[in-house]
Amino acid sequence: MLKINNLHVSIEGKKILKGINLEINPGEVHAIMGPNGSGKSTLANVLAGREDYVIEEGEVTFFGEDLLKLSPEDRARKGLFLSFQYPVEIPGVSMVNFMKTAVNEVRKYRGQKQLTASEFLKLMREKKELVELNSDLASRSVNEGFSGGEKKRNEIFQMAMLEPKLSILDETDSGLDIDALRTVASGVNALKSPQNATVLVTHYQRLLDYIVPDYVHVLYKGRIVKTAGKELAFELEEKGYDWIKKELDEEES
Amino acid sequence: MAETQNHILNEVTQGEYKYGFVTDIETETIAKGLNEDVVRKISELKGEPEFMLEFRLNAYRKWLQMEMPEWAHLKIPPIDYQDIIYYAAPKKKAQLDSLDEVDPELLNTFNKLGIPLEEQKLLSGVAVDAVMDSVSVKTTFKETLAEKGIIFCSFSDAVKEHPDLVKKYLGMSVPYDDNYFAALNSAVFSDGSFIYIPKGVRCPMELSTYFRINAAKTGQFERTLIIADDESYVSYLEGCTAPMRDENQLHAAVVEIIALEHAEVKYSTVQNWYPGDKAGRGGIYNFVTKRGLCKGESSKISWTQVETGSAITWKYPSCVLMGENSVGEFYSVAVTNNYQQADTGTKMIHIGKNTRSRIVSKGISAGFSDNSYRGLVKVIPRAENSRNFSQCDSLLLGDKCGAHTFPYIEVGNKSSIVEHEATTSKIGEDQIFYCNQRGISTEDAVAMIISGYVREVINQLPMEFAVEAQKLLQISLEGSVG
Repeated sequence: MLKINNLHVSIEGKKILKGINLEINPGEVHAIMGPNGSGKSTLANVLAGREDYVIEEGEVTFFGEDLLKLSPEDRARKGLFLSFQYPVEIPGVSMVNFMKTAVNEVRKYRGQKQLTASEFLKLMREKKELVELNSDLASRSVNEGFSGGEKKRNEIFQMAMLEPKLSILDETDSGLDIDALRTVASGVNALKSPQNATVLVTHYQRLLDYIVPDYVHVLYKGRIVKTAGKELAFELEEKGYDWIKKELDEEES
Repeated sequence: MAETQNHILNEVTQGEYKYGFVTDIETETIAKGLNEDVVRKISELKGEPEFMLEFRLNAYRKWLQMEMPEWAHLKIPPIDYQDIIYYAAPKKKAQLDSLDEVDPELLNTFNKLGIPLEEQKLLSGVAVDAVMDSVSVKTTFKETLAEKGIIFCSFSDAVKEHPDLVKKYLGMSVPYDDNYFAALNSAVFSDGSFIYIPKGVRCPMELSTYFRINAAKTGQFERTLIIADDESYVSYLEGCTAPMRDENQLHAAVVEIIALEHAEVKYSTVQNWYPGDKAGRGGIYNFVTKRGLCKGESSKISWTQVETGSAITWKYPSCVLMGENSVGEFYSVAVTNNYQQADTGTKMIHIGKNTRSRIVSKGISAGFSDNSYRGLVKVIPRAENSRNFSQCDSLLLGDKCGAHTFPYIEVGNKSSIVEHEATTSKIGEDQIFYCNQRGISTEDAVAMIISGYVREVINQLPMEFAVEAQKLLQISLEGSVG
């Protein structure tokens, strides 16, 4: 569903991604790992359509369509979801209002009928349970006063509501204690299907104990330098990133 | 991102003013200019008793000695007070069958503004006094309200029918020499609404006045007086619009509220005077004095305002908390766009013991506009155990507008607590991107973020008007989001 071909990206003149190639098919779970500053979050944000970045070269297609030409909202409506590393607060806007607008926008785009208030509330109740979010969530403002764990669970809740084709989880495990991590992971696992795909962007291996990837990619200096099965994650956990860095730096020199 | 945002902000804030039409109707005016004879002429035209003329003349003589205030953060071009017409009334057609009958052209005007004056067409539960230029056109549900002893009529009628009440309360909250514009108003005011709620009566419907400026080269000087007797309650709403003209027109109103023991008055304003065009030409100068006197113990006065119109706004709806345990509230959303200027806020004067006040002010500036909050919280030494909480937020849309906060705090005793919080923010690109990523367009995202920002204030409005106010906000910001 997603094909990234030789993607080069810079921000403020600084090259961050230097030729990314990646193909993601329905039903797959990919983990993108790498040391800090390797370009993981940049990749996630570029795919979602954040405008601060300059695409220098390369193509990205999403179900055959040029993704980079689409506005961020159209990417979302076509089924691309980003779980933010730092979800922002929107004071005064209730979660119900926010989600209802989002869900109906997406439905409108997909040619589905708008949900009535009661249908929507029912859906919301169902999906909230997936991530064990408190029931007062509806009346609270978007992310306002949420704890770190609540914010991340709220991201997965929104993912459940929007039923995306491709979900990119950007450092969803960071700042979570083990219980919250389990809850978030079980939510993600419950949403997995042969029709959708998940990309886990993470620094650590521990999330991968709960969400098992089909492929693990190591991103380093803006390039995917290693791709293997889930066993690569264990290797990284054990040996750190230094051996990969060393290997590559030697190759370069 | 910044560019797209600016573009959308522009789109969102360039909405057209929808009430800019002119009604073609014969108007009776007096010659332009201001002098003692003009003041006498206005009083005579209205057939006023001696005490009213005296009030006007005192005010006029005082006004001559006063100077226009210059402390506000506003650039006010010089105003030629001799170039203004001080009285303009739609001409009455002699052949109308009854006194109650209104010229269909006027009914049409108010229909076009969304204010039908036929009672059966009105929003149920809202009584309206419609004022065009210098006179009241019609007051609805007068009889229904009279059954409960409630007086809701034009100021002119009140002077004729209830002179004792007018004499007793006129100037009690805003004395004729209170300030430059209040003195001017006291000298030449032509009409407005009068409300009296008797003891123990809870007014069963919203009372509302709709002010319309129509005639060119005229000023509108209306005066509203609300008296809530012991243990009574009333909720009142005013709205206003004016035609689009290249000239500036002066609107200098006075609103006085008096709340007696355990009485509560809720006063809401949706101000949408013509703001001028995108280049800053024309628009209303809105120089208004509004003050509520919480005279009785445990009385409460609450001001809610949604200010979107006017070229220049100078306005500080205030509460004088005289009665013990009395409460004053001020909730405000002030939007400025293009070249609009606003200097608005409130004064909370704590005089009685255990008095409480709350201020929530939300400013939104766009375009090249300038938006200031100015507020005074004063607690006199004997107002022990008084409390105030103020929250003043400013939101900037774009980078060519200004937001300023001028809070003044004077606390005269140690048992009182005054809190002030202030924030200034821009609509975050992060917030917009977050909404985009959930499938929400930038325009909808901005609208959503703004409505979240003002929610606390809009929630204070009567239900019927909250929706209108919300829409008005979107229209006045149309084209400015970025």
